[in-house]
Formats: sequence, structure tokens, C-alpha cells
Amino acid sequence: MNSNETVTEKLTINENWCKGCGICVKFCPKKVLGLEHDKVKIVDIDKCIQCGQCELRCPDYAIYVRGK
Amino acid sequence: MPSAIVNEYFRTNKLPQIWCPGCGHGIITRAITVAIDKLGFDRDKICVVSGIGCSSRATGYLDFDTLHTTHGRALAFATGVKLANPEMKVIVITGDGDASAIGGNHFIHACRRNIGITTIVFNNNIYGMTGGQYSPTTPKFDKGTTAPYGNIDKAFDIPTLAAAAGATYVGRSTAYHTNLLISLIENGLKNDGFSLIEAVSSCPTYYGRKNKKGSAVDMLEWQKDHAVNISAASKMTPEALEGKFLIGEFKNSPEPEYTSEYQKIIDRFIKE
Repeated sequence: MNSNETVTEKLTINENWCKGCGICVKFCPKKVLGLEHDKVKIVDIDKCIQCGQCELRCPDYAIYVRGK
Repeated sequence: MPSAIVNEYFRTNKLPQIWCPGCGHGIITRAITVAIDKLGFDRDKICVVSGIGCSSRATGYLDFDTLHTTHGRALAFATGVKLANPEMKVIVITGDGDASAIGGNHFIHACRRNIGITTIVFNNNIYGMTGGQYSPTTPKFDKGTTAPYGNIDKAFDIPTLAAAAGATYVGRSTAYHTNLLISLIENGLKNDGFSLIEAVSSCPTYYGRKNKKGSAVDMLEWQKDHAVNISAASKMTPEALEGKFLIGEFKNSPEPEYTSEYQKIIDRFIKE
């Protein structure tokens, strides 16, 4: 599997699939995410409410909510 | 491990997909699989057919029976699939150029026949794959590589075209309005006849760059700010609707489906 994953209790990120477009960062209502070296990074996981807006609009399927 | 939806319905060994960073096509492709998942269809009874163009690469990533066909001819191939196997749910993925220019004739006649195909047009307002030539949905005065001083053609409104040609379910949403898009695709798939859903995508690489539309994020924000749901539009003044475009369900008026009408002819002669 082509993956380099960051797994938290709330979100999973696959950095190998992320192209750094910033869509998830922009539309996250709780400002959980940021970009670092053109890849998505979790900035503050405590604020995540698992609304799934990131997963809904990630064109690369590189981020998703866990346990839903 | 990808998400459950991606793991279930995508050929994950083909990912990551080749679309540019921030291209709306990936959002729309996932939306199609969510709609199928919600409806609980038997995946072996689904065939996804595409033509040529950026949008049409989607069939390569989807784990159903899929056909990647010739330019503009996705609906011709899909018509064959549906007539040979009327029990199949046939989905066509096509682009604005593939559907309304090269395949324009197939498009209007598939609408007119009301054949049971759900067509999703990924409209990015340009020919992305071949380098940014203007398409029939490039807005008037916008630029493309073949219209360096601005396109003087009036753009097609694909849902209006489909409805006039006889499609029985018609709607439009955007990559930004993903949940609405999912529900329109669901309703389109429930319609026995021809369904057309225009999915407004975004091409930050060609259409966006040539027309100074900003980043992929800016283009989705534009969709958010300029789309008006048809249910809200009736209460708005013409001034408030200036520069906006409509999204939502535009037409839902079921009529007898083509392959079932065809079967009636066969049944009539079997009896005689």
C-alpha cells in the first residue's frame, strides 16, 4: 500500500496521497489543520469535532475521519 | 489504509490519482461512490462509462465494471451496455467538452430517448487535458489557449440543454456543495430514465490560471459565494441574482424509460 500515514484517534492522514492543495485546511470549521512543506498537518487535534468537511472535499482521499 | 468508502469503491492500487493539486474532479468522483453506497446497489450491476478528458480518467480509479471509451462517445457505448443489459445501473462520467461539443449529438439524443443512464458532467469550463482550449461552457469573454483575447461564444447551460432535449431528471451542484451533489446523484440514480447532473468542478491549472481565478481554494470559495439554490432563487430579486448561478434539482418528471419501451415491442411480437 502506497501510504505514509499519520493516525490519530479522530483523523487519518496519508501524506503520500496529499498534494497540498489546502482545501481541507481552508474549510475545516475548527482550524484543526495546517500545511507544512506542501503537506497537510494536524495543528490542534483537540479542536476536531469529526464533522468530516475535510474528508468530503479532499480531492486526493488523503484525509478522513476515523470511526465513522 | 484508506477510508472505508475509498477502500470499498476505488482501485486503491491506482491511487494517488493523476489530477492536478486542488482539481475538483477527485471530490466529485468520491461523491459518486458515496451516493452509490447510500443506495446500497449491487456493485456487480453497475457499469461506469467515460469518454476522453480529465474527467474521464475517473473510470480508471473506480472499482466497478468500467469502460474508458472514445472522445464524446461515452453515451453511445453506455447505450449499448444498457440495451444489452437493461438491469444494469449505467453511469456515464464525462466532461463539458466531451459531453457538449464532441459528444453533443449523442448527448441530446440520449436525453430525448430517456434511456436509463445517469450522466454526471464534470464541468471545469475548459479542455484541461489538452492544454486549456476553450470549451462550450467557457463563459463569454473568458480566456483559453485558443482564445487568448477572450472567447466570444456564448456558453452552453448544460442542465437547460438536457431538460429541453428530454432528460427526465436534471440538477446541478458544485464540488464545494458536495452533500447536495451526493443527494442529486442519488436521486438521479433512482430515476429509471435519463438523468443529468452537472457537477461544477474547478481547474486551477488552466481555466483558473488563464482567468486569474486564484488558487484551488479560491475557486471553491467562488463556487460557495456564487451558487444560489433554486429554492432560494425564487425569493430573490434579479439584482441579487446578478452574476450568480443556480444549483439544486431543476427537473424531476419521470417518463417511460427507453429499454422498457423497447422490451414492450419485443413482448408484443413474442405473443403474436
